[in-house]
Amino acid sequence: MGIGHRLTAPFRQTSGFARWILLSGMIIVGIFVVLALFAPWIAPYGFAQTSYAGGADFPKATGPGGEHLLGTTSFGFYDVLSRVIWGSRTAVEVVLISVVLSLLIGAPLGLVSGYLGGWLDRILVLVMDALYAFPSLLLAIVFSFLLSDFFGGGVVAAGVALTVIYVPQYFRVVRNTTVSAREATYVEAARAIGASKRTIMTKYLFGNVIQSVPVIGTLNAADAIGTLAALGFLGLGVQPNEAAEWGYDLQRALPDASAGIWWTGVFPGLAIVLLVTGLTLVGEGLNETVNPTLRKRRLRPFTLPPRGAAAFQAGKGQVDL
Amino acid sequence: MASAGGSLPRYIAQRLLLIIPMVFLLTTIVFLLLRVAPGDPVSASLGGRLSEDALDQRRASLGLDRPLIVQYLEYLKDVATFNFGETITDNRAIIDIVQENGGATLTLAVSAFIVALVVGLPLGMIAGRMRDTGPDLVIRIFGVITYAAPVFYWGLLFQLLFAGALGWLPVSGAASPETIFEVEPVTHILLLDAVIAGNSEAIVDILEHLLMPAATLGLLLSGIFIRLVRVNVIQSLQGDYIEAARARGIRESRVIRSHAFRNALVPVVTVIGLQVALLLSGAILTEATFNWPGIGNELVQYINNRDYAAVQGIITLFAVVVVLVSILIDIVNALIDPRVRY
Repeated sequence: MGIGHRLTAPFRQTSGFARWILLSGMIIVGIFVVLALFAPWIAPYGFAQTSYAGGADFPKATGPGGEHLLGTTSFGFYDVLSRVIWGSRTAVEVVLISVVLSLLIGAPLGLVSGYLGGWLDRILVLVMDALYAFPSLLLAIVFSFLLSDFFGGGVVAAGVALTVIYVPQYFRVVRNTTVSAREATYVEAARAIGASKRTIMTKYLFGNVIQSVPVIGTLNAADAIGTLAALGFLGLGVQPNEAAEWGYDLQRALPDASAGIWWTGVFPGLAIVLLVTGLTLVGEGLNETVNPTLRKRRLRPFTLPPRGAAAFQAGKGQVDL
Repeated sequence: MASAGGSLPRYIAQRLLLIIPMVFLLTTIVFLLLRVAPGDPVSASLGGRLSEDALDQRRASLGLDRPLIVQYLEYLKDVATFNFGETITDNRAIIDIVQENGGATLTLAVSAFIVALVVGLPLGMIAGRMRDTGPDLVIRIFGVITYAAPVFYWGLLFQLLFAGALGWLPVSGAASPETIFEVEPVTHILLLDAVIAGNSEAIVDILEHLLMPAATLGLLLSGIFIRLVRVNVIQSLQGDYIEAARARGIRESRVIRSHAFRNALVPVVTVIGLQVALLLSGAILTEATFNWPGIGNELVQYINNRDYAAVQGIITLFAVVVVLVSILIDIVNALIDPRVRY
């Protein structure tokens, strides 16, 4: 049983529907990751480019086709396709920063708080609960409003602003599993042989407590895409001169709606929907395999042993799963 | 209810007491974030427009020249007395913003909730009942997409279709200028005011303006209702009491309706309470999309003007509302489901 075998375990344990969900989600996310990685080579123009290499300006708000496959915008005269492709790079970067940072902060805090308990635990739980109860968009608004004064409107600032939203989620999950795992026999055994608190937390609890994190991570990533776009839509978050951002492009497309210019808004929005859907599908697919209440595993048909006592005693009843 | 009568008041009292630390914590976080940050709010929002003397005067009148701890205590005292302060840029009391713009936000939220219930509950039940079949797949994809598409994208698509291409509905705003001019503000809820005035033309106009924003925000919520109701129906269908009901020979349709669906709806009420935060976030974005004159739209404008005092006041207000509503839902929950109040 190699590591590859373990990694694909949730995939193999799923049956038709859940497997289909997981697979289609992975394909969609994969496409966007490729777009993000190779944006400079895939995109026909730069994200802030408004003129051809020859020096002539792009035409204003032309429809899809010809030189500009998805048309050009009515503000700044950008190429829509290029902005959509560069936007996936921004989205992937911001989401990676926020999910990784919040995991790095939230999970250890939850572990320590859950294992040590006491007043530290109480205070942390209270603060995290308060943060969790707060509408996440408002939290992101406040943070990016502040951070824009320090860090400017770059990808890092947006990623950090989103981190705050997700820390409480990892904290809660890891803390709660730690609290229930703390009294488990194997932890007690570790204590009995004199393992230090630090060893118990890192060597014994960590691996067992971290199981549900991939599901939360993917769902948070999906949520982060939406929140980043929402910040951009409100004029916060990643600023237009720093990188291409789908939410900002949507905001600039609003006045076009009544003028019948549909391509400026439809395509960046479609990118958001696709990426969020892909991530949600991955999360849902993982959840169906991790969450026992939803799980429908592939089990071999179950036949009760025949009524004759002899057959049963002979151990010929087919009760193996 | 009578059997557990003793514990219910205690439970309610406990929940009500919890308001204090929750509000205290949230307001402290907001204050720390917005006030302790370097740079001062007055020059951020008014710098360059007023002379240095005038700026100093504004700082003094807002109490920004005093030590932070004094400002903090003052702020807590204000929040406790429902005084959320004044804006810097245009000297409006936050409470006035609530009075003038709160009606629009409330109208939007309530109508969106109705849309979500009407769309989400039946679809969620069908999907749960017909798990892993064609209808389930279609409904789940619908649920995922409503959840995946940001509200402002739905809004934009609706605008393109119904206002741009078809020209059926007005593109944005809460009413046409004539309606706003004609209808006397009594309750500051435009629709109610028009009904009070008996102005049928105005009512139609307002409803036409309301349709797109309500559908936009409603769709967002309906996606969540679908997911939630579906999972609950699936789980309650696996319950022993369903098996027992079937064993007693009760018709399948009746088992589904009065045994499974009923029990599946109780947890939904709990989670609806948690959706208040989402409703609020969604309302801000919907208002920004449709230029809807609600509190969220005001917040966005104050953010763009870098008005710290306004942002702080409105965010504090939202925090208080979220805490109050979630505790209210807890209490309602305890009334419905005796298991909640052990």
